[in-house]
Amino acid sequence: MFKIAKERLNELYSKIAENMPLFMPIKKAGQVNYGAYEAGVETSVETLKTVKSPKDLFFPQSENMMKFKTEGKNIEVIDIRSEKDAFVLFGVRACDYKAIDVLDKVFLADPVDTYYQSRREASVIVTLACSKVEESCFCKVFGIDATAPQGDVTTWMDEGYMYWQANTEKGENLTAIVKELLDNGGETEVKAQQEATKAVIDELPFSNLDLSKFKPENLNELFNAQEWEEMSEACLGCGTCTFVCPTCQCFDVRDFKTNEGIIRYRCWDSCMYSDFTLMAHGNSRTTQMQRFRQRFMHKLVYYPSQNGGLYSCVGCGRCVNKCPQHLNIVKVIKTLGGKDND
Amino acid sequence: MKDVEMKMLERAKQLLESGEVARVIGWKKGEFFYDPTPASFETVDELKDFVYDWFCGANLSKYLIQMSKKEGKTAVFLKPCDTYSFNQLVKEHRIKRENVYVIAVECLAKLNIEAIKEKTDGIVKSVDVEDKDVKVVTTNGEYTLYKPEVVLSKCAVCNKTHQAKDEEIILHERPERDVNRFEEVEKLEAMTEDERFAFWKGQLSKCIRCNACRNVCPACSCVKCVFDNPHSGIAAKANDSEFEEQLFHVIRAFHVAGRCTDCGECSRVCPQHIPLHLLNRKFIKDIDGLYGEFQAGETDEGKTPLTSYTEGDIEPKDVFNGEAK
Amino acid sequence: MTNENLIPKVGVITDIRKDTPDVKTFRVVGTDGKKLFEHMPGQCAMVSVPGVGECMFSITSSPTNKEFMEFSIKKCGCVTEVLHAMEVGQQITVRGPYGKNFPVEEDFKGKDLLFIAGGIGLAPLRSVINYVRHYRENYGKVVIVYGARSKDDLVDIEEIKTEWMNEPNTEVYLTIDRPQDDWDGHVGFVPAYVKELGLNPNMTAVLCGPPIMIKFTLAGLLELGFEKSNVFTTLELRMKCGIGKCGRCNVGDKFVCKDGPVFRMTELDELPNEY
Repeated sequence: MFKIAKERLNELYSKIAENMPLFMPIKKAGQVNYGAYEAGVETSVETLKTVKSPKDLFFPQSENMMKFKTEGKNIEVIDIRSEKDAFVLFGVRACDYKAIDVLDKVFLADPVDTYYQSRREASVIVTLACSKVEESCFCKVFGIDATAPQGDVTTWMDEGYMYWQANTEKGENLTAIVKELLDNGGETEVKAQQEATKAVIDELPFSNLDLSKFKPENLNELFNAQEWEEMSEACLGCGTCTFVCPTCQCFDVRDFKTNEGIIRYRCWDSCMYSDFTLMAHGNSRTTQMQRFRQRFMHKLVYYPSQNGGLYSCVGCGRCVNKCPQHLNIVKVIKTLGGKDND
Repeated sequence: MKDVEMKMLERAKQLLESGEVARVIGWKKGEFFYDPTPASFETVDELKDFVYDWFCGANLSKYLIQMSKKEGKTAVFLKPCDTYSFNQLVKEHRIKRENVYVIAVECLAKLNIEAIKEKTDGIVKSVDVEDKDVKVVTTNGEYTLYKPEVVLSKCAVCNKTHQAKDEEIILHERPERDVNRFEEVEKLEAMTEDERFAFWKGQLSKCIRCNACRNVCPACSCVKCVFDNPHSGIAAKANDSEFEEQLFHVIRAFHVAGRCTDCGECSRVCPQHIPLHLLNRKFIKDIDGLYGEFQAGETDEGKTPLTSYTEGDIEPKDVFNGEAK
Repeated sequence: MTNENLIPKVGVITDIRKDTPDVKTFRVVGTDGKKLFEHMPGQCAMVSVPGVGECMFSITSSPTNKEFMEFSIKKCGCVTEVLHAMEVGQQITVRGPYGKNFPVEEDFKGKDLLFIAGGIGLAPLRSVINYVRHYRENYGKVVIVYGARSKDDLVDIEEIKTEWMNEPNTEVYLTIDRPQDDWDGHVGFVPAYVKELGLNPNMTAVLCGPPIMIKFTLAGLLELGFEKSNVFTTLELRMKCGIGKCGRCNVGDKFVCKDGPVFRMTELDELPNEY
């Protein structure tokens, strides 16, 4: 294990950025989101929850996929994909790291989504263990250890230092690049911090949510639960929860006419939107209750049923913080999850 | 605040028990003490979760578009600022007025939990308000914050009073406040064009196009929004470039101009904390300057400056020439 | 593992047949004049008009046709409207095949088969019917019940009359919803007709048509003693990717594009009722 004094972190970031693009929590117009590290930016790696998760480094909110040129009756299809250069994603928390796993199971499942795959393979992920947590955090419920995230490199931070440990070959290579800035040590400090943080996490209000009811065999019972009406009553049908969620991955594909031809792009979409399932001859989900139910059933029942019991919620708590009317997955879990929630 | 809550609860019980109303719209307890959710209560039993506190910032008036079309009367608790939205919706025939029973309630500003968290360390355990002091207890200690700094942006410059007609009122008298709600707009106006462009570019580039601002907005009551209409030619769900988001917000601000009551919900719900209310407030200020002072939602009838013509109206060319400043 | 880039191939429309007032059948080949790709009966393809949009359609032609693919398309939305205005020689884009096919090589083999279609619901069935006709010796008796609003709304009526009706060991029953002057065949809705016909419940049945028709026809079949596990149908939901990623056609733990569009009725019973 290595360590670096906190006041030298900018040197560390610069060193990495000299070698390859570096994306990390950056404060811009008052809010912290993942962005490119460059001269003059305000880094904010200690921010517990960026507004958006780092998912858009692999699955951008909007992404051009191909171009078409048309002439008379003819069409030319132009593949605009390019090789992706290696990049570093820095400061990823344990929940968000687990969320990448959830996304992988969708995008890298056969047939592989090449747009996602190229970015995913180009990434070197440096995670950051949590030391300060919030009452809206509940990653523990999903078996995530916030104090020991994986990734190519794991880092920890205390008042004075950042501690650094490579986990993979990619991580070793990155370590070699910044080696001159690192000193040995940190095992004792990290261990002490982990124990202290775990004790806090154990006491968090949502750390013991009961998920026992969310099993494939209860699919129809949960789907037909009376409580959905009440739970969804205040839902505005906006996409906030979807877009701040690190595991939501639904997208739309649209065409856009430009002077240089037609661009087909994909962009994030939300099952909360009224036109999500709209077809020329009808809509399979006509009420907000149905759309609300879809989102949570997908995370807690449908996805796990397709993926060996893995939930597609990582307990990051962003929806808890950001829903304009304070609806969230915790309320759904408490209402339908199991008797230990009472 | 607690005594107001008790009075409200009492009234809600009476109205439901007597059968005078079929449901009451208010707020119910959340997971924490600071995250109440708008809710409808149909039985006295359901009222056990009823809450009215310093965090009930949500404007309930838009829910009445749906609720007032249901069977039976709906009682609703409206804060002073919410009554303007209510009037505006009635004026636009979005709410069936005869099906609504309005109870106006006291509001001495609502708190912004995110602002409180930013100014304190540790996990917030409790918040108490004593006049201008907000006493916060966290796992790390106790803090006393200055209330005007931790209220919702819409509350910081509010001097609204109840406007709904035929209302029942539960409130204490609130002293008149001397506030200038255009102060922030004036700061923007004082900027150079480049500075202003940079400001809005920075703010609007954070937009994730979640549509929370639109969906919560009482003035955005179109059955089908032009941005959702596949036949409009501009339907879009995400930005192709940062600039498109700017257009989205500017177009929306134009569309609600003259109808926006300055309820501030757009800024309250924005997950990226974009001060969207400033776009609307700029329009309000300009309308005041061009057509004389006007407050949307002050009444539920009558004409509005942008939907009526009088001979004295300013000529469009004069607006373009910047005489309206 | 296969790689999917969602980038389509260019197809050329070589023939357009007007089947009904609102259904046209488009014959499509690649720019080299050859068939774009192989498929199995019941599988679908994403057809697009660049600048307008991309939609999932079932491939109407049989896989045994080695020269071209056909799509029978009803005019009902943005993309289909543009397709209907197209002329021969126009290029479009096609990608696929997507989804699960009818179990023609498994469950259907050696069985007596009952095909029930309503309106444009014949499109996916045409592929499987012609596949079965091609490998006729592998299957038992074939019964086809096909209904539409009116005589003019019967898709592929020429092929039905000249080919299917003359096929050995094959019975074809046509019906229309309301009486018409130049129609001397059966009049009435498909579900009622199916019950009238008193079909042998040991057949394997395939249903395709509007949801309401499927619902009542299935009830009719069950009354006649059909086993749900021997009844198949197809679902249709909004799709964007076709490969189980965009999330749109999710019903319960299934994606219609990937796990469907062909479903056994017993499988549908396990899904929440939201399709």
